[in-house]
Order: sequence, then C-alpha cells, then structure tokens
Amino acid sequence: MTAYLVRRLLATIPVMMVVAVVVFSLIHLAPGDPAAIIAGDNVTPKQIAEIRARLGLDEPLWQQFALWISNLAQGDLGTSIFSGRPVTALIAQRAEPTIALTTTTLIVAISIAITAGVLAAWKVGTWVDRGVMIFAVMGFSVPVFVVGYGLVYVFSMQLKWLPVQGYAPIADGLVPFIRHLILPSIALGLAYVALIARITRTSMLEVLAEDYIRTADAKGVATRPKLIRHALKNAAVPIATVIGIGVALLIGGVVITESVFNIPGIGRLTVDAILKRDYPIIQGIILVFSGIYVLINLAVDMLYTVLDPRIRY
Amino acid sequence: MATATPLEPVAAAVTGYRPRRGLAEFARRNPTIVSGGAILAFMAAVALLAPWIAGNPITFDPIDRLRPPSAEFWFGTDNLGRDVYARTVYGARISLIVGLLVAAATMALGLAIGLVAGFYRGLDGVVMRIMDGIMAIPGILLAIALVALTRASVEIVIVAIAIPEIPRVVRLVRSVVLTVREQPYVDAAIASGTRTARILLRHILPNTVAPLIVQATYIVASAVITEAALSFLGAGVPPEIPTWGNMIADGRLFLQIAPWPIFFPGLCLAILVLAVNILGDGLRDRLDPRIARRM
Repeated sequence: MTAYLVRRLLATIPVMMVVAVVVFSLIHLAPGDPAAIIAGDNVTPKQIAEIRARLGLDEPLWQQFALWISNLAQGDLGTSIFSGRPVTALIAQRAEPTIALTTTTLIVAISIAITAGVLAAWKVGTWVDRGVMIFAVMGFSVPVFVVGYGLVYVFSMQLKWLPVQGYAPIADGLVPFIRHLILPSIALGLAYVALIARITRTSMLEVLAEDYIRTADAKGVATRPKLIRHALKNAAVPIATVIGIGVALLIGGVVITESVFNIPGIGRLTVDAILKRDYPIIQGIILVFSGIYVLINLAVDMLYTVLDPRIRY
Repeated sequence: MATATPLEPVAAAVTGYRPRRGLAEFARRNPTIVSGGAILAFMAAVALLAPWIAGNPITFDPIDRLRPPSAEFWFGTDNLGRDVYARTVYGARISLIVGLLVAAATMALGLAIGLVAGFYRGLDGVVMRIMDGIMAIPGILLAIALVALTRASVEIVIVAIAIPEIPRVVRLVRSVVLTVREQPYVDAAIASGTRTARILLRHILPNTVAPLIVQATYIVASAVITEAALSFLGAGVPPEIPTWGNMIADGRLFLQIAPWPIFFPGLCLAILVLAVNILGDGLRDRLDPRIARRM
C-alpha cells in the first residue's frame, strides 16, 4: 500500500513536468515576437525591448527554462507585467471567492448527482429515469454562460429573488454569502451534475444486475440499505473516477462563471490578464489549476482502496 | 445483465444486419440519430445559405438600437442597431466551421499518434506521458493561453481548441490498437512478412473507425462550446466577426432591458450542442455497443 502511494506520487512528477514544459513553451511557440504581442499595438520599439528584457527573452532558451523552473520550485510564479506584483500574491488575493464557489458547487453537485443517478437506476425505465436522463443530456449541452444569463434574467431581474452579480465574503455574514453563490453554483455545476448523474446511473445499473442484489432482495433487505449499502458502495469506483476527471469542467467553468456573475476571483483575474495579455499571470494560473487538478485525481486514486477494499496495490 | 437497458445496444447492433426497410423504419429504430442529424443538417443549411436568407450582420443603425423582435427584425436588434437574426445566422457559420474542423484535425492527428504509440512499444511510454501532461491542463485554459499569445483569427482558434482534445483521441485509438494487435490475424500478417505500414492501415485502422466517429461527434460538441466560451471571454475570433459567444458578451450589459441579443444566440448554441450530443449518443448505441454498455 505504502509502496503504491509512493509510486503514484512519483508518477505525478513527469505529468507536472510536461505541464511545465508546455506552459513554458507556449510563449515561444507562438509565431512572431512574444514581447511585441504582449506589448500590444501602439508601442515604441523601446517599450518592446523593455518587456523582452523584463521577461528574460534575450537569454538563451535553455537558460530561460532553467531559471523559470528553479523559480517555480521555490514557489515563484513570476511577476505581473502590468502591476509589477508577484503572480502568487495576485492569485492568493483572489483565491477566496473561487474556492468558495468551487467547493460549494462540488459538494452540492455531487450530492444531487448521486441521488439522481441512484433514483434513475432504481426506477429504470420509468418517467423518473427518463427525466434524469433528459436532464443529463440537456445539462451537458447548455454552456455555462447561457445558463448563467438565463438564471440571472429570470431569478434576479424578473423575480428579484437573488442578487444579479457580485460576491459577498463569508466574513460579512452567511446569508449574503449564500445568496450570492446560489446562481453561480447552479450555472457552474449543471454540466458536472449531468456527467456524474449519468455515470452513477450506468454504474448502479451494472451492480443492480448482480446476483448478490437478487440475494439481498430474496432475504428481504429493505430498499434503502439495498441501494446504498449493497449497490452504491460497489458502484463507487467509476463514480469517483468521473468526479475527479470532471473537476476539469469546474475549473474551465469557473473562469466563465466569474465573468458572468462579476465575481472577483481567479477566473476574473484570468480574463483581465487575457485582455491585457499579461502572460506571466496566465502561465501562473494554468500551472496552479493543473496542479490542483492532478492532486485531486491523485486523491481520487488513493480513495479507491477506501471505497473498494478489494483493490490492493 | 438482468435489466432491460443494457440489452438495447445489442439489439441495435443486431438490427444493423437486417435488410433496410426504408427511411421511416430507420428513423423509428434510431430516433436520436435522425433527430440529431436533422437539426444539424438544418443548421448547416442555414449557415451555408446565410447570404440569401439573412441581411447584413455588420451594418448598424443607431436609430434602430435595441428594438424588440418584430416583422422587420425577427430576433430584434442589438445595442448598436445590428440585426440579431442576421448575426445569429452568420454566427452559425463560425460555430459549425470551428466544430467540424477541430474534430477533423484532432481525428487526423490523434489517429496518427495513437496508431504509432499503440504499435511501437518503445514510443508508447513517452507519448502517453506527454498526453497525460496535456490532459492535466484544463482545455479551455490552454486554448485561452494559445489565443492570447497570438493575433486572433479563426485558424488560431481552431488550433487552440484542437490541441487539448488530441489526447482523448490518442488514448482511444491506442486502446483499440493494443487490443487488436493481439489478434491472431495481426500475428498472421506479421508472420507472413506484411510491412508495418500496411498492417497499421489495412488491419488495424478499420477497427478504430466506429469508436472514432462516435468520439468525433462529442469533440464537435465540446469544440462548439469552447469556441463560444473563448469568444465570450474576448479570447476568440476577431470581434468584428459575429459569433454566438461574442453576441452574448456584447449583449450582457443590456440584459435587463433587451434580453433578445443574448436569448437567440444562446438558444441556438444550446440546440446545436444538444443535437450533436444526441447524434453522438445514437451513433454510440448503434456503432459501438461495447462502449455503450459502459457509459
């Protein structure tokens, strides 16, 4: 077990190395002079030269990479071109709303999705099942920003139940905090719920066809323990896998959701950085999000042994 | 399998061998393929015929700002007085072109890389580690970075969306190759001295076609969503080209007084992606019962 954990941890190193190389080389793969592109239109050659010097683009490529990696290893993601502040500080400053939004969405989405998937599998072929499946296909097809503006128009502008946009820190009270998170969480979580509900249903259907479920039925195990203790527990591994992989949807979606609802998180930071072509920020955010994604999937892998004690490494 | 559902794909696969009983019968047996395909064909026709069925999507007239839908402006006008109907029709062009070309590019590259990686054990490890690394980067962020570093153009957007999708195709092709290369007929081909290129193209490639077609439809759907998201975030095609994403971005400040410049492109986007997804589900059930049972 310990050997497996160590091996699994070590396996993430090459993955993160590839991520680092890709993120580093992006700036050099682009056609033309990256400094000129970052500088934008209407700048003097002197300003371009300045940016080139600041980013170290005059050095040989391998030297740039070595410096970048060693800074990275020390937790230094570089400096923003426009504000001159360290990227790590900028990200840390914007982290709270993003963490609040994604964790809320994650928890609520997983509970709803698994419940819906279990119900659909239990009532397979009925209108409940059909409803869940139709929802799953639709939820996966409507983009985050379309859902977001639809929700804002109906619930904030017409019904005036919830705030149109913005974020309220949890320190300012729980009620405004939650009221500001409801619509963004729905918009962000819809595709995720659809994905997990679908895999839960499929996985449950497979388990419910097993002999021991028939045995459980025959000896009169009540429905709820049968579904949860006998079936869901055994269906858990593929569900956990998809929960881990699906986090990519949340990470991509949070950038758009924060833009729709004007939430001052890391997603907004990304969009502002795109508009200003502040490349070190974009690089830093990609690295941080990819790292989180890899760690979450690592955690899911380790959960397998807890979810299914038959799995021995 | 005691439940009814997992048997359906098998039944669908079996029906494939029966003599055809005309289009109506095909539609009855494959409602998702036909309805998804019909919506997609309709949208493609609209996009192709755009110059004949819609007015100019660029011209603006301040007098006609934010007019609600009417006989003159079917979908209303936006904040610059541009015709939302014309812009929505022209926007379909970008969505479809990007969706289809991204799928074509990822299929071609993913197939080539996957065939080679699956067949040559020595390359496999390196190639798959690189693919794992690319997959670890959330696709939309990688696309944003690629577009942000270049001058926006449709070609760049296609490349930027395609690159993060390639590993999915490579993994799929590789898994097929790994299974097929253990088959006796591949051993026989190797033993009889068939050249490797010929084995890959004649004996292995055909096995990847069915799962690839299914995967291609899902990639079209996700490329359409990503393109719209990039345009919406201001990291997509040049802003003067009407797309559903930048229409929604342009319209958002006026949502309260004029929801139509957001509503119509949003609706079309949802319908297009839904159509492609149900077409994909239908094709999967019909072409690939093995995968169908798993998902």
